[in-house]
Amino acid sequence: MRWFWLDRFTEFVAGSHATAVKCVSLSEDHLQEHLPDYPIMPNSLVAEGMAQCGGLLVSEIYKFSELVVLAKFARCTIEGEARPGDVIRYKAVVDQAKDFGASVQVKGDIDGRPFSEGEIFFARFDPDSTENTRGRVLFNPDDLRSWLRVVGVFDVGVRTDGTRLRLEDYPHFFQTSVV
Amino acid sequence: MSSVTSKSEIFAKVQEALVDALGVDEDEVTPQATLQGDLGAESIDFLDIVFRLEKAFGIKIERGELFPEDILTNTEYVEAGKVNAAGMAKLKERMPFADLSRFAADPSVQNLGKQLTVQDMCNFVEHKLAA
Repeated sequence: MRWFWLDRFTEFVAGSHATAVKCVSLSEDHLQEHLPDYPIMPNSLVAEGMAQCGGLLVSEIYKFSELVVLAKFARCTIEGEARPGDVIRYKAVVDQAKDFGASVQVKGDIDGRPFSEGEIFFARFDPDSTENTRGRVLFNPDDLRSWLRVVGVFDVGVRTDGTRLRLEDYPHFFQTSVV
Repeated sequence: MSSVTSKSEIFAKVQEALVDALGVDEDEVTPQATLQGDLGAESIDFLDIVFRLEKAFGIKIERGELFPEDILTNTEYVEAGKVNAAGMAKLKERMPFADLSRFAADPSVQNLGKQLTVQDMCNFVEHKLAA
């Protein structure tokens, strides 16, 4: 099982907001194992989907090039259940972004019904800041590039001025040194 | 606006920021409460607190301004885990809003964060607003 808790971005406006969908399917292992005979999407994985939607949006602010980690959920509420056949739509909005981190608000809905809401903080570690983080990246650039393509970031991604996001605009993906 | 009103408004907004960031009750956030010891703040919470203070007061807080980690990790200012005289002078220069007297008694690096109080936060905001 791959740690993908979004299926596709339907909107991605760099530095501003993004919308992504997650289709809940009975064929997913965790629905079989979380509560036997009562298949629902575990709330922890809903939170992970919210974090992935907001996290990729934040990661773009730093050109997908650095160690950006989920620091904390300041708040997270989930109402009701996501069942097989449901489509969860997450919308993340950048609230604040600084050189050392960013916060996003993420709301999820199912067919227009409010489902989840959270305030999430991501910390950015300057690659040169400490011995432990120097030169490190969160993902292998090839894996990250693949993930971004699979979930359609470069299919729908634009900047706030409407120009398209292009993979070629992120030189980090074309560097040969990989951690 | 009188300075007394201003100080109480600052405290009220700092209190709200800390309640939201740390999930503590309002009555726990007293001026004397320490952020880490009494309110359970972890280092990652400082990012959250900084964002909330910026929003609440319309100020910009640069990295290391509220908590000068760069001094605490600089071998010029730290010897055997304790901040030396040059480091203390630098801290006082960078943190004019904080009461460092308790820290000066045992300037072990890890003590600085433990001793920051809610009042220090209020003083910091007041210092920023006056700048």
